[in-house]
Amino acid sequence: MADAAIVAEGLVKRFGPVAALDGVDLELPAGGVLGLLGPNGAGKTTLVRILATLLRPDRGRARVAGFDIAENPAAVRRLIGLSGQYAAVDPFLTGRENLVMIGRLSGLSRRGARRRAGELIDQLGLAGAAGRLVRTYSGGMRRRLDVAASLLAAPPVLFLDEPTTGLDPRGRLELWQVLGQLAAGGASVLLTTQYIEEAERLAGTIVIIGHGTVIASGAPDQLKAQAGGDRLELQTPPGQDPRQLAGAVAGLGTAQPAVDEASGRVVLPVADGAGILPAVAGRLAGAGLHVSTLALRGPSLEEAFLALTSQPVHPTGSPQ
Amino acid sequence: MTGVTGRAAQPGWLIPALASTGTIAGRNLRRLARVPTLLVLATLQPVLFVLLFTYAFGGAIHVPGVAHYIDYLLPGIIVLAIGFGASQTGVAIAEDLSTGMIDRFRSLPIASGAVLAGRVTADALRNLFVTVLMIAVAAAVGFRFHAGPDAALAAIGFAVATGVAFSWLNLLLGLAVRDPESAGLAGLFPVIILFFTSSTLVPVATMPGWLQAFAKANPITVLTGVLRALCLGGPTARPAIEATAWLVGLLAVTIPAATVRYRDLS
Repeated sequence: MADAAIVAEGLVKRFGPVAALDGVDLELPAGGVLGLLGPNGAGKTTLVRILATLLRPDRGRARVAGFDIAENPAAVRRLIGLSGQYAAVDPFLTGRENLVMIGRLSGLSRRGARRRAGELIDQLGLAGAAGRLVRTYSGGMRRRLDVAASLLAAPPVLFLDEPTTGLDPRGRLELWQVLGQLAAGGASVLLTTQYIEEAERLAGTIVIIGHGTVIASGAPDQLKAQAGGDRLELQTPPGQDPRQLAGAVAGLGTAQPAVDEASGRVVLPVADGAGILPAVAGRLAGAGLHVSTLALRGPSLEEAFLALTSQPVHPTGSPQ
Repeated sequence: MTGVTGRAAQPGWLIPALASTGTIAGRNLRRLARVPTLLVLATLQPVLFVLLFTYAFGGAIHVPGVAHYIDYLLPGIIVLAIGFGASQTGVAIAEDLSTGMIDRFRSLPIASGAVLAGRVTADALRNLFVTVLMIAVAAAVGFRFHAGPDAALAAIGFAVATGVAFSWLNLLLGLAVRDPESAGLAGLFPVIILFFTSSTLVPVATMPGWLQAFAKANPITVLTGVLRALCLGGPTARPAIEATAWLVGLLAVTIPAATVRYRDLS
C-alpha cells in the first residue's frame, strides 16, 4: 500500500454549541503507529468515530486506507478494524462464538472464520477461556477479546480507542505486548490514550489534542523534550520542610522546582535525568537534608499540557 | 497482517446480505437460550398466560356462541404474548447501542439492514415456538381447532407475521429512545393499553358504545379477530383483509424508518 494509511484534513465536528473537533489535520504513514494523546473530552473518540465511518464530519475530509470516508465508506469498512472505547463483545456468547460471528460478518467463509478465530484466540492468550461465556471474563480478557474481534479480517488499518482504560496494571502490560506484536506485524495503528507512557511505548508518532485541536505532534522524544523532559520527584520525610528541599535543588533542573506542600513532594524538571543524580545527592548532603524517596519519571499528561500550551488540561483547573 | 485468509467471494450484494442476516439471527437465537429474561419470556410466560387467563377468567366469562372460553381466549393471548415478547427486541437493540455492539457492526462491511433483519428473523423463529407451545398447553386444557388444519396453519402464519410487524416497530422504538429501560416501557405501554381496549378477553359488543369504535379498529382486536376466525370457524375473508392491511401498513412504515434510522446513527 503506497498510500498513507490515514490522511485527515481540517476535520470539524460540532455537537450543538460544542466543537468536538475544530479543524484537525492528521497523517499516519502505512505501517506506522500513531498515538493520539489527550484528556477526556479532547475529541479523541469523535476523531476515531469519524475515521471509522461511524460519524460524518461537518467539514473537512479524510482518506483511510486509500478511500475517502465520505465517498466510499463501504470500501473503508472492508479495510479497517475498530476496537472502541467499551469492549463491544456479546457477554452471552463464548469468546470463540463472538470471534466467529465477527469473522462471518467481515466476509470470511465459515471455515475461514473458525480458523482465524482459533489463531487469534492463541495469539491473544485466550485459549483457556475461549469456550466460556464472555460474561465470566475479567476486564482484561474482554478487552483482549475486543481487540481480537477487530483483527478478524486482518485489516491493514486499525483503530484502538483507549484500549487499556479501566485495566489493572497486569492487564495493561498484557495488552501492550499484544499491541506491540501487531505493530511489529506491519499494521497501521491509530491508538488513543490518556497516558503519555502508553503512547511513548507503542507509537512512533504522537499527536496531542485538546479542545478539538492538535496541540503538538512529533516523535515521542521530541515531544518529551518540548514538554520539558523528565521529572525528578523528591519526597520530603516527615518533619522536614519541602521548601528547604526545593531550595537545595533549585538551579539544577531546566525550570524551578514545583512544591506540593500538602504531600511534601518536590518536582524538578530535568533535561538529563540520570546525569543529574550525583549533583542532587551532593546538594542534599551539603544541606544536611534527607529524602524518603527519589524517582525519575516522564512528564505526566498534565505537565506536558502545561508545558506545551501553558494551559491546564481542564480550563477550570480541576484535573479529574 | 498481510495475506487475508479465506475471505469469501462477494457474488453481488444479496447473498452476503442474507449471510450476514443469518449470522446476526444465529447470535440472537443463542442469546435467547442464555439470557434468563428472554428464556422466561419465551417459555414460562406463554404457559402462564394460557393457564392463568383460563382459570382466573374462564369461570366467570361466558362468550355467547362459544362452548369453551379457552377456544375464544387463546388467539388473543397469543397476540398478547407476542406483543410482550417484542418489547425485548427494543430493549436489545438499545442495549447493543449503549454497549458499542452497534458501533462494531456499523464498522463492518455489511448491509445496513442486516443487523435489524437478523434480529427480526430470530424473533420470528421464537414466535413460531411460542405460538406452538401455547397451542400445545391450551390443547391440554381443552382447546380445539374448529376450522381444520389449513386454517390452523394460516392462524400460526398470521401469529408469526404479527410478531414480525411488532419486532420492526420495537426496533424503531429502541433506535429512537436509545435507552434500554425506556425502550422496554415504550414497547410495553401501547400493548397494555391496546390489550385492555381490545376483544382479547371479552367481546367488543359488551363494551360501552364510545369504546366500541376504538376497540373495533384496535390492531390487537383486528389481529386477534383473524386468529379467532381461523381457530373457531366462520367467515375469514374480512378479518384476513383487515389484519393484512394493518400488518402491511405497519411494516411499510417501520421497515424503512428503522433502516434509515440505523443507517444514520451517529
